[in-house]
Amino acid sequence: MEAVKKEPVLFEGYVIMPYKYSVGSLASKFFIKLRDSKVLSGAKCPKCQMVNFPPRSVCPKCFSKVEELVELSGKGKLETFTVVHYESAVQALKPPYAIGVIKLDGADTAITHFIGGVDFKDIKPGMKLEPVFKAKRDANILDIEYFQPA
Amino acid sequence: MANRVAIVGIGQTTHSGRRPYVNDGELIYDAVTKALADADLSINDMESVMSGNMDLFEGHHLNDAMLNLYSGAAGKPGFKMNTGGTVGSMMAIQGWYHVASGLFDLVLVIGWEKHDEGLVTPAISTITDPAVDRPFLVGAIGGLATVSVAYMQRSGCKLEHAAMVRANASQAAARNPNAHMREIYSVEEVMNARMVMYPLNLLMCCPTSLGATALILASESKAKKICKKPVWMKDHVTVHVEYGGAQFGIGEKRWTSHMEAGAKLFKRNNITKPMVETQVFEMYDPMAFAIPMWLEDFLICEPNEGWKLVEKGALKLEGEYPVSPSGGVLCTNSIGDSAILRVAEAALQIRGDAGEHQVTREVKQALASGFGGSYWSDLLLLSKTKD
Repeated sequence: MEAVKKEPVLFEGYVIMPYKYSVGSLASKFFIKLRDSKVLSGAKCPKCQMVNFPPRSVCPKCFSKVEELVELSGKGKLETFTVVHYESAVQALKPPYAIGVIKLDGADTAITHFIGGVDFKDIKPGMKLEPVFKAKRDANILDIEYFQPA
Repeated sequence: MANRVAIVGIGQTTHSGRRPYVNDGELIYDAVTKALADADLSINDMESVMSGNMDLFEGHHLNDAMLNLYSGAAGKPGFKMNTGGTVGSMMAIQGWYHVASGLFDLVLVIGWEKHDEGLVTPAISTITDPAVDRPFLVGAIGGLATVSVAYMQRSGCKLEHAAMVRANASQAAARNPNAHMREIYSVEEVMNARMVMYPLNLLMCCPTSLGATALILASESKAKKICKKPVWMKDHVTVHVEYGGAQFGIGEKRWTSHMEAGAKLFKRNNITKPMVETQVFEMYDPMAFAIPMWLEDFLICEPNEGWKLVEKGALKLEGEYPVSPSGGVLCTNSIGDSAILRVAEAALQIRGDAGEHQVTREVKQALASGFGGSYWSDLLLLSKTKD
């Protein structure tokens, strides 16, 4: 025990974990439209008409296969939010920054994204928001830089 | 006394090395909807939905968190599991526990993997003790290579026999439209493949595949009402071994967890001649020596006889005791899916629904196995009749 207290042996390593993620055929269409035309679209269920956004190819309500994208205005309403103050290696932005849960007009499900162009103290649930797109887009969710007050 | 459990729905995706046009969830949805169609049931009929695969192989942990939407698990009891290579057979077994307990009449179990999206070897290497084992037998192949050398030393099996196994598997997979590697190889072509880790060359190792399999399990009363060709899960055995690291299987010169699984299963079911009383074995065969070596270790044939059965052609699809007539893990290895696929393929053989790779023997009872990185062995006995 004395020896362990004096010099505990620790083995240090790291895990290599690169990955790819196929977004799927419907979401590929969504991201390509976002990149090329700055258009946000939802996935509309052929059976129960639910519109899920970001688009997923299975209806969360009735388990039907969803193949149709419908264009949304991109404008929406802030449901709830938080402000991030701590730092982590996996963050896309340097803190502090705000993230909101945003429900777009015409969609039945909400997305989480950054809120910008507004002081943290002025962020209020229920406020109207609109997307600000990046100039250079890569067909991913960060092609929307953030949502700002509309 | 456990209630009896039947497989009443079987669904599998096609298997391949790349499928960039579907995401993980869509892969699962494909298998699930096929199983539901096979059973003529809807997702609303499922009382519990469970899935299994290898955490980290796709680079994301607890992946069911984003996949419940596609598996149909949302709003239902169930869980996601990872037991290494046995995860698929454990899914079937966990489904069995749920129904056999009497608490559920219909459950859906899923195994899946999308190997094209992550790095398997760095992920699988994390299962071993970092201080003593991890630098040496990196990945899944290390232990399988060393145990194959030990098998050759003790049994008289030669490299050519492993090449015969792989050539036979290629003939079988060519007849299975859902298999991944369907190219036909001669013994000579297998012998000439590049060496990966002695004695295993590239063709003697399983590929990295992607795919999903879903099974619907039912209680006896439900199965009788809804299914014309139920396949009964007559019995199953799971055996763990102590952590063996690099040495597993070699200390005893036999695969002790397989031996214990075979001994228990055959004793409990009064099986004295496994190659007669079961008519086909869908084995989890991750490398070419597995088939002769593990037929011995599961106590299906005598010690040092496995490679002689290979030499005689007895294990071919048309043979005296067909092993892995689907082409096995040797031709399709979507790991989290691999062992449940063995159960699915064995069940298809019993139903007579295996299509072009249906064996020529009449199948009344079939074996399916799982093997995996947690040093577990699963052995399942499926039957056309419930008793």
